[in-house]
Amino acid sequence: MVDFVSVSLVFVIASTLLVVRILYVISQSSKPARNASQKSLSTLVVLGSGGHTAEMINLLTVLQKERFAPRFYIAAATDNMSLQKARVFEDTLDDKISLKGANSIQFMQIYRSREVGQSYITSVGTTLYALAHALWLMVKIRPQVILCNGPGTCIPICAIAFVFKVLGIRWSHIFYVESIARVKRLSLSGLLLYKLRMADQLFVQWPSLQKQYPRAHYVGRLM
Amino acid sequence: MDNVNNDFESKRIVFVTVGTTSFDSLVKTVDSDQVKEALLEKGYTHLVIQMGRGSYIPKKSSGGEDGSLVVDYFTFSSSIADYLRSASLVISHAGSGSIFETLRLAKPLIVVVNEDLMDNHQSELAEELAERKHLFCGRPQTLCEVIKSSLNVDIIVPYEPAPTNLKAEKRILGAP
Repeated sequence: MVDFVSVSLVFVIASTLLVVRILYVISQSSKPARNASQKSLSTLVVLGSGGHTAEMINLLTVLQKERFAPRFYIAAATDNMSLQKARVFEDTLDDKISLKGANSIQFMQIYRSREVGQSYITSVGTTLYALAHALWLMVKIRPQVILCNGPGTCIPICAIAFVFKVLGIRWSHIFYVESIARVKRLSLSGLLLYKLRMADQLFVQWPSLQKQYPRAHYVGRLM
Repeated sequence: MDNVNNDFESKRIVFVTVGTTSFDSLVKTVDSDQVKEALLEKGYTHLVIQMGRGSYIPKKSSGGEDGSLVVDYFTFSSSIADYLRSASLVISHAGSGSIFETLRLAKPLIVVVNEDLMDNHQSELAEELAERKHLFCGRPQTLCEVIKSSLNVDIIVPYEPAPTNLKAEKRILGAP
């Protein structure tokens, strides 16, 4: 009986601490970076496919590249084009901006949680597999900034980044830019990150969409 | 020689693109006699179809003496941009990549929404851009009607991206 009480007590205390920590992480998200004084932040760029990748490249074009370095690019293993586009983009950058170190720009592939057209039921298994692979990559990279714009590839990454924040493994800033294709409703990825407050900042590309999701920011149109 | 040049200049190509997947109902529709006739009436001479992974094979045609449409097709190409540039009219699936690539080249564009897709959010973008008069929008079954009655290149408003505003990004990461 005593054992049961003490076990429950430990459980209650542990879960309370966890909830407090999660609330603290959420409250600290979207606040200025603690490491803002740092010259550059290691950045993970999650590439979607097709239109998503094109939008991401346009976003990178307007960012100050020297502040987002080193850069790690991740794309789905079934997507042959996106990393190629990222390589072309990196090659066009000035020598001054591109970094000298051999590992400053890296390109990696990740298993995808759901292919276009795959049913929601079979996507449960593939999502778990994608999650394990994402965890492995995140342990290796431990980025300070995560840039993503959907589709589902970015969800495992963002979920792991959030867990890392809660556990104090790594503090990262998650930026999500909703696709220009979304005019009236957020995508499933965008909605998840918005509702669960996992993204530090969620950008949308249409003013009408921003009105529906007050915590989102209107970013203009990237295409 | 003069003849060849005249031929080249009087070419008015309609380029149809379905992107990286398949969109048989669009290919079938543009291959129909009604759509081809409507395109001929509007003064187009060539029809080039990028059919992707689709299984419906359109009929090739080198154009008759009667001045019927020249029809050609292919599955994929690394130089879609060249086809877009050569076109006088683009008929595209609703993928944002194809849409914006065409708009940047300032080509008249009809976007056809694929209603068979599971999560059909694609119509949002096409309809918004159609409302802003950057393009025309339809479904496979309304394409012929769009070509006949809506397609008027004079009312198209050129598309321009909205200036990017990354204030929130600066607020978080601070000044360097």
